[in-house]
Amino acid sequence: MLKKILTVDDSRTMREMLRHTLASAGFEVVTAEDGADGIQKLRESQPDVVITDINMPVMDGFEFIENVRKHEEYNRVPILVLTTESAPEKKQRAQSAGATGWIVKPFDPEKLTRAVNRVMP
Amino acid sequence: MHDENEQTNVGGEEFIAFRVGEQEFCVEITSTREIRGWSQATRLPHSPDYIVGVINLRGTILPIMDLSARLGMGSSTPSERHVIIVVQVRDKTIGLLVDSVSDILDVGPDHLRPVPEVNHEMSTEMFNRVIVMDKRIICEICLESIMPEQEMQAA
Amino acid sequence: MSLDDIKETFFAECADQMSELETGLHEIQSDGPDIDTVNAVFRAVHSIKGGAGAFGYNALVSFAHVFENALDVIRNDLSQVNEDRMDLLLRSVDVLSDVIEAERTSTEPADTSALAKELETVFDLSAHAEEEDDEALADFAPVTIDLEAFDLSDSEDAADIPSGRTFRISFAPHASLYLKGHDPLRFFRELAEMGTLSVTCELDNLPKLNDLTPDESYMKWQVDMETDNDSDDIAAVFDWVDGECDLTIEELGGDSPDGGGVDLDDFLANLGEDPELADIGSEDGGSGEAASAAAPAPAAAAAPDDDGSGSDDGDAGQGASAAKEKKEVKKPSQTIRVESEKVDRLINLMGELVINQAMLAERIGQAGFGNASPAALALVELQNLTREIQSGVMAIRAQPVKPVFMRMSRIIREVCNATGKKAMLELEGEHTEVDTTVIEGLIDPLTHMIRNAVDHGIEDPEARQAKGKPPQGTVKLSAYHSSGRIVIEIKDDGAGINRERVLEKAIEKGIVARDAKLSDDEIDNLIFAPGFSTAETITDVSGRGVGMDVVRQSIQSLGGRVNISSDPGNGSLFSMSLPLTLAVLDGMIVKEAGQTLVLPVSAVLETATLKPGDVYTIGNNNRVVKMRNALIPIIDVGRQLGFAEQRTDFANGTIMVVEGGKNGMGAFIVDSIEGQQQVVIKSLESNYQRVPSIAAATILGNGQIALILDCDHIVSHNSGDPEAEFIQSMAG
Repeated sequence: MLKKILTVDDSRTMREMLRHTLASAGFEVVTAEDGADGIQKLRESQPDVVITDINMPVMDGFEFIENVRKHEEYNRVPILVLTTESAPEKKQRAQSAGATGWIVKPFDPEKLTRAVNRVMP
Repeated sequence: MHDENEQTNVGGEEFIAFRVGEQEFCVEITSTREIRGWSQATRLPHSPDYIVGVINLRGTILPIMDLSARLGMGSSTPSERHVIIVVQVRDKTIGLLVDSVSDILDVGPDHLRPVPEVNHEMSTEMFNRVIVMDKRIICEICLESIMPEQEMQAA
Repeated sequence: MSLDDIKETFFAECADQMSELETGLHEIQSDGPDIDTVNAVFRAVHSIKGGAGAFGYNALVSFAHVFENALDVIRNDLSQVNEDRMDLLLRSVDVLSDVIEAERTSTEPADTSALAKELETVFDLSAHAEEEDDEALADFAPVTIDLEAFDLSDSEDAADIPSGRTFRISFAPHASLYLKGHDPLRFFRELAEMGTLSVTCELDNLPKLNDLTPDESYMKWQVDMETDNDSDDIAAVFDWVDGECDLTIEELGGDSPDGGGVDLDDFLANLGEDPELADIGSEDGGSGEAASAAAPAPAAAAAPDDDGSGSDDGDAGQGASAAKEKKEVKKPSQTIRVESEKVDRLINLMGELVINQAMLAERIGQAGFGNASPAALALVELQNLTREIQSGVMAIRAQPVKPVFMRMSRIIREVCNATGKKAMLELEGEHTEVDTTVIEGLIDPLTHMIRNAVDHGIEDPEARQAKGKPPQGTVKLSAYHSSGRIVIEIKDDGAGINRERVLEKAIEKGIVARDAKLSDDEIDNLIFAPGFSTAETITDVSGRGVGMDVVRQSIQSLGGRVNISSDPGNGSLFSMSLPLTLAVLDGMIVKEAGQTLVLPVSAVLETATLKPGDVYTIGNNNRVVKMRNALIPIIDVGRQLGFAEQRTDFANGTIMVVEGGKNGMGAFIVDSIEGQQQVVIKSLESNYQRVPSIAAATILGNGQIALILDCDHIVSHNSGDPEAEFIQSMAG
């Protein structure tokens, strides 16, 4: 069975790029368009790894991660944060929110796949 | 159908020939969309006398042009005996009201001539070329030039 | 989905984001900044930057980056907004849009460095300099892990790995490490790629089963490793758990790793197989204990696989409602994206359905089924259903005018730049909806009218101040529904129309006679006359060739009408009325002079049957009917359209009082009214041309074509007779 990755990003373009890259690497991909949608999809699809953006409407990445860690049944799922912001405070914030790891955009497919494989159970 | 005696060349141009009054005319087959029988047209107000009206062509409004009137040969009285040749000119489709369709011709370059300056009754601007075959003289109609002109809008 | 498809998605998304950006900044400009709008605007630029980076559009990335930083300043402190900064941001929007377009068309984008510099200066961005790529991450190059090929059980391979240096790694994860989705096994996996490992688990902290809490971290590991890499590489493996564990890396001197610990084979082999907590505390030796003791950690991580289904719904439920209560999240209404071709096709099919239905009704009538027969009743049901579906389908294509209005925002900025005038756009009713077909047709005429308003209407700032007006002019764009149509108004607070100049120009151009007596209103509307343009300097903006006559024609070809009214010194008002859709129409079917004609129901005010004595004759030949407390001129439709000679019988017949917009009312006299039905509008212009007095055509149930009348035109062109016009104006 294929390993499943949930990608959470409000940008259509980004969702498609991620799907393209990850599917080519042999993963099954589920997408969500903001944190709230992400929570829903998490429950429905039970992914092995989650990749999320930070800046999103409705519920941003930080809140999404915090919610997953605090309330969700699958609160130990590895969550990678994918973002263009490499400011140290943002990384700190992500880590304290409960992110497992971090990838800076623009990513190249190799970097992305490697990071995913690092945390894939 | 071809007359066996006609000299035709492979690789010539194809035309549909038809009758209006006493004369034969033709148009390039590539402009022709279909040929249909006559049906009652709805008159359009304030339109030139050569526009008979419009008919319903499978959901599209098709203007019908009385070719005889357009060519200055007098207005026709449209009836079931007439035939409508649907042609496309640039992005518009119109129907030409003619008496009957006579032929589909495959014409080589030797039979195609420029229009002579003989007939002043009919505006020669309306013709492209002339086909000369045996005893037949068939004027090719320049579809672009017979299209109704855009009228100046009344204020 | 190919990379080219994703590129298309990117540019489509850019268009959406630009729209968000424009709207958001506009709101901030008129209503002041609020955190949600600022966030939305920030995200728009952020998204564009993100996507641009993925495709390597460097010019776009670098400008978007500066723009984003400027917006971030505001995001962090809303008081940082002021008028000049808003202007700068709006200019940046235009430039960003241009760069996107350049990247999209693979042309060289214009140089944005000047504007970028301005943004940096105005928003003091050097203090906000972003640290590019944190050291650890930038340098980090994780080793590729191919789990399939990874096989530790082969001890021969283990022996083959060249042993360079030896390190002793002590790794004690905190509980938080597990909470963040980490699993010690994965770190060992990574390390194993770099060398040979010998792992020992220290279980001193492990309590008895009764006291064991799965969330707590009790275990520590010691890993002795032979590797060619150095300690930095090893540390890099743990970079994501910095602070979540106690980690020491010590280089040992040359000794081979201590074999006293658990064999990594067994360790890995046993892990994850037996998540049952019951195994903890078994009497097995070291390996068993270590294996099963390590089980809680992967068990916790493996929970989704093993007992994910159906368990803990209560918990999850609680978690969910807690999350929901925590924040009243304003979720925008669900939308889907559909290609417009699909919608167009649906609408065309609906149109055919309406026509076919009419044909069916005809046949049923002809077949002799009475109105109360089951067949007829079933037909009525069908018609109701179809009507509903059709409304629904039309509603899909109905869009708010807002995007078109927002475009005008940029147009105004451009004209202001070109002419040195200052003007602001005010919007009202921008959510009013109208069919896509009409919206598309609106863009050009609106653009010209807005340009006109700023270029010719609004005075330059000094002149305005001299008049006691604020130096910045206002152009108000509003939309609302009225009797089945949409009305769009453009109102400016400029100088109004210079009537003397307009009249003079019109006389010069032969549009009116020198001695003609025209009302103020008529003079104002002369600007719509063909060939008219009063621009003294042909500004690049509106003087060049595109006159208001073209604007009027475009609006008329949409089935609309446009008017101007002016208040000299105070401003002008353009008023446009358009049908809500170009697709269907509620029509009254009438018979006149042997023709079947259609009038828009929305234009008909009243109908009545004529009785002898209702009709009065004024002057020579002008008949009026007394209705609605007015004398309304009778319009002989058949004659006006050229279908019949002048009607002789005015004593009998049916009157339809029709509204002719600004031209007042007319009483159309027709032979009979056949009924009312929804008709599909078919354009005459697609294959023919515009016919005066005729708006369009439709195909009736019997397959016949019926012409749809242009009531405005008919009413206003009733006759050239001054007497008749006098009567007309009385009736209006």
